[in-house]
Amino acid sequence: MAEARAQGTMAKALNAAWVRPFLFLIFIVVAWDLAIRIFRIPAYQIPAPADVVAVLWNDWPELLGQAWPTTYATIYGFVLSAAFGIPVAMLIAGSKTVESYIYPLLVFSQSVPKVAIAPLFVVWFGFGIIPKVISAFLLGFFPVVVSAVQGFKSVDPDMVDLARAMQGSRFHVFRAVNLPHAMPAIFSGLKVSVTLAVVGAVVGEFVGSNSGIGYVMQRSIGTFDLPTMFAALVILALLGVVLFWIVDRIERLLIPWHVSQREEIIFAS
Amino acid sequence: MKPATRMSADQRSAHLRLVSDRADASGIKLSGVSKTYRTRDGDVPSLRPLDFHIRDGEFFVVVGPSGCGKSTLLKMISGLLPPSTGDILVEGERVTQPHGNVGIVFQNALLLPWRTILGNVLLPIDMKRLPRGKYLPRAKELLKLVGLEGFEKKLPWQLSGGMQQRASICRALVHDPKIMLMDEPFGALDAMTRERMNVELMRIQRETRKTVLLITHSIPEAVFLADRVLVMTERPGAIAAIYDVPLPRPRSLETMADPLFTELVQRIRKHFFTQGALD
Repeated sequence: MAEARAQGTMAKALNAAWVRPFLFLIFIVVAWDLAIRIFRIPAYQIPAPADVVAVLWNDWPELLGQAWPTTYATIYGFVLSAAFGIPVAMLIAGSKTVESYIYPLLVFSQSVPKVAIAPLFVVWFGFGIIPKVISAFLLGFFPVVVSAVQGFKSVDPDMVDLARAMQGSRFHVFRAVNLPHAMPAIFSGLKVSVTLAVVGAVVGEFVGSNSGIGYVMQRSIGTFDLPTMFAALVILALLGVVLFWIVDRIERLLIPWHVSQREEIIFAS
Repeated sequence: MKPATRMSADQRSAHLRLVSDRADASGIKLSGVSKTYRTRDGDVPSLRPLDFHIRDGEFFVVVGPSGCGKSTLLKMISGLLPPSTGDILVEGERVTQPHGNVGIVFQNALLLPWRTILGNVLLPIDMKRLPRGKYLPRAKELLKLVGLEGFEKKLPWQLSGGMQQRASICRALVHDPKIMLMDEPFGALDAMTRERMNVELMRIQRETRKTVLLITHSIPEAVFLADRVLVMTERPGAIAAIYDVPLPRPRSLETMADPLFTELVQRIRKHFFTQGALD
């Protein structure tokens, strides 16, 4: 009886959403440690998990201090890509002429490797935060535009006709029908964009910067300080996860009506 | 191009003579209304010149094969689409742009998933920028009329298809338009719900005294609901015939057993058998 109950709580604990990825993470870390021991991989190739944890523990203030510039650059870049991406998507979806001029060029611009042109921003704007923000913006911009265009375009034309027949002005119809309809698509774009913005910021720091996690990684590779480099990777991953989670929360607040979130409404009611 | 336009002009005047004896300004009046879509592959005629008059408070049903321009007709009457030739008068006013004096019901309920049922019903009020508070009691009353009392705060997906369509009927009525335009409103519902909705629609029309223009594929549905049935030909659409339906009101599902009912259905069906299939 007691055993069955214990099993029940165990199963419940296993079902909590955050437990499963956490368990999997532990599994990966253990496998990593075992692989190093079994195959005798030298520390200058792959550091042991314990060494990485030690660095995280000892250099915590330094790493945190370096994480802030990266975080700022990511957030600025992400906000810029949302602030430009959504209006551009509105224009593309709203006008065939704008679409025919802009869209092909936009796709073309995506095939230009951002890493290759990032040094250019350093030449133009120096070693400050601006090149990083631009780099984050350039990576985050495209997914927002593509998703938002798809969202704006997938509105049922009958629905728009219905609102127009009630003498709704273009602006009113857009605000009441098109914009809310596009929100789920916009948010799926924003989620991709925020993780890419982290990458963009780090790329910016790689090519020319004297602060940030990217700079820490660059420096530690130069001195073969692999545990620090891996610790920096862990910080970056955490940054990505936290930012993604924040966007996800905002989505839940703004579009609680969407299919993907119905389950929760049922639970709540 | 020239001969075609001249021909349509001739037809238009010919039809004008037919209806010109009616000086009545109320209801919907179409004179010489045609529609030709301009596409890259040239002009595609959708509707040949139409002349008819839907009287005030009449239940007018249009039946025709798919692609005969029925939906075009509906868009033109609501002012969303300008006719290529001819004039449409709604309550004596020439239609040139959306006039808001119509309520529209489509085949799909088309409720906005982020608005509650009540919020959806109030959409025309928001679009017309009228005060919500003034129309709130009316919206609630309409929901009660269609049996959706207590569902005001629900979101559309929590309702069945039939209930959603009833909510969309409320939305079409909330701003108190003179006319209801319905494009195959029950086409997406199952047969049993559909019959029930037909009975209910007749009741709503009787209680609100709206002029209804309903488009359908179903001949029995047309005869059951209508005061008059307009039969359309295949594309480009034209009037094949207009039938009076002298069945007494109020009608119930037993009306369908009336010999007059079956005879009318047969006669209308013949139009499509001589033309080809009604698909």
